[in-house]
Amino acid sequence: MKTPKFSQSRVVADRDPHSRRRFLQKSGIGLAAAGLFLAGCEDDDDPIMIDDTVNLGSGDVGVLNYAYALEQLEAAFYAQVLQGGYFAGASASEQQIMVDLEAHERAHADFFKAAINSVATAIPALEVDFSSIDFDSRSSVLGTAQVFEDLGVSAYNGAGRLIQNADYLVVAGKIVSVEARHAAAIRSINAGTPTAFANSEVVDSNGLDVSRTPSQVLTMAAPFIITPIDASGLPQ
Amino acid sequence: MKLNKLFDQFQALAENSAPASVSTRREAFGQIGRGLGKVATVALPLAAFMKPGTMHAQSSGDSVIDVLNFALTLEYLENEYYATGLSSDNLLSGDMRATVALIGQHEAAHVEFLRTAISGSGGTPVEKPEFDFTANGTFPNIFSDPATFMAVAQAFEDTGVRAYKGQATNLMGNGDVLTAALQIHSVEARHASEIRRLRGSKGWITQAVNTTGAAAADGVYAGEDNVMQLGVDVTTVTSVSRDHITEAYDEPLTKEAVLNIASLFLA
Repeated sequence: MKTPKFSQSRVVADRDPHSRRRFLQKSGIGLAAAGLFLAGCEDDDDPIMIDDTVNLGSGDVGVLNYAYALEQLEAAFYAQVLQGGYFAGASASEQQIMVDLEAHERAHADFFKAAINSVATAIPALEVDFSSIDFDSRSSVLGTAQVFEDLGVSAYNGAGRLIQNADYLVVAGKIVSVEARHAAAIRSINAGTPTAFANSEVVDSNGLDVSRTPSQVLTMAAPFIITPIDASGLPQ
Repeated sequence: MKLNKLFDQFQALAENSAPASVSTRREAFGQIGRGLGKVATVALPLAAFMKPGTMHAQSSGDSVIDVLNFALTLEYLENEYYATGLSSDNLLSGDMRATVALIGQHEAAHVEFLRTAISGSGGTPVEKPEFDFTANGTFPNIFSDPATFMAVAQAFEDTGVRAYKGQATNLMGNGDVLTAALQIHSVEARHASEIRRLRGSKGWITQAVNTTGAAAADGVYAGEDNVMQLGVDVTTVTSVSRDHITEAYDEPLTKEAVLNIASLFLA
């Protein structure tokens, strides 16, 4: 089965941020439906996007580029958070969390770029679209951060089995637990409740966190990424 | 000495450990998570999962069942710890109790999940060891002083994260098991973050700083100050500070290092 290309223009039909967040928080069924929608559009012509498509590549390099794409998204998001009104007025403890997360995601992205380029070719910088996010709004920033962090955890959890090189698996493991630490912290401050950090939205009855395939993850990330991504070479 | 006791148990059992073939394991693990029911377990001490000649190996090539029994041992420890804490008078209340209750629920689920996975794959789950959470008197108020209880909980969770991470490569041949282990691993990291933050620490580990306040937990954080990843000195490829770089990567622990930590809490 071929992984669909993800074209921003087809995904961002709804510019209302609240609707979009609801969309993002929908169940796996809703996401699967979105993925099918994208797959169904695969053969459509879209001359605006075709030449800009970024191909993640194949094999382990493809998986590393996939991770790099997600880290780029997160790093760009937190960089913008630090420039926004929410951050300026946030409590010292929340400011510290945002400063830390921005630094961690940038460290991940810069590392992936260097590591991938040492063995192959890293994807270029992706163009992002954060027009749905109100960076002056605490709930908008934290709601989006929660989506991104939980998404990152599920992405690495799902990608582990696709990796052939043991060293790459270990480094993915080193990063995913930090993403999970982030996710817990963001969930905790966002909800302000004692169990939000790992409630049943993200941990099932077996005590397992969420795992998603690259196709599922990229479908969820698509509203925030303008650059079309071709993930068709990723291992299945 | 506890560690010697552990090794003695291992030596006594080493001759009984029959290595399973890779194909057999793979075949068996096709059944993971399908609820094959409980299988009566025979008494096996903690070290039953340890193989001869692998005490000092970084990547020991342990079988999938060995790895799962190692994980089960840690989950037994965490599960009993939280269950005991939650049943102790005047220890946990309010939001802290709610947080610990959820974590305890997850650890209990991990125990059941791993036991089912091991049994369903033709293995035998190790028996729960006898624990001494005072660590032979190091933490005499472990179940009466909330601060001590949460500090040791932090050490357990941060250890759990490193322990699962250290076993990932031993599971590479079995995608379903690897994925499940990663799904537990990130839950342990969520726990660690929350407990750390409740205690006033950052949710992530800076350098190799042990913020538990217990020197006995120094080993939990040893090596967390690493900045070399895949041969790249990360400090040379980013403007992010060294402290932040160390926070951005959690480091694995070998099984031996984890057992050194865990053995402090064996009765």
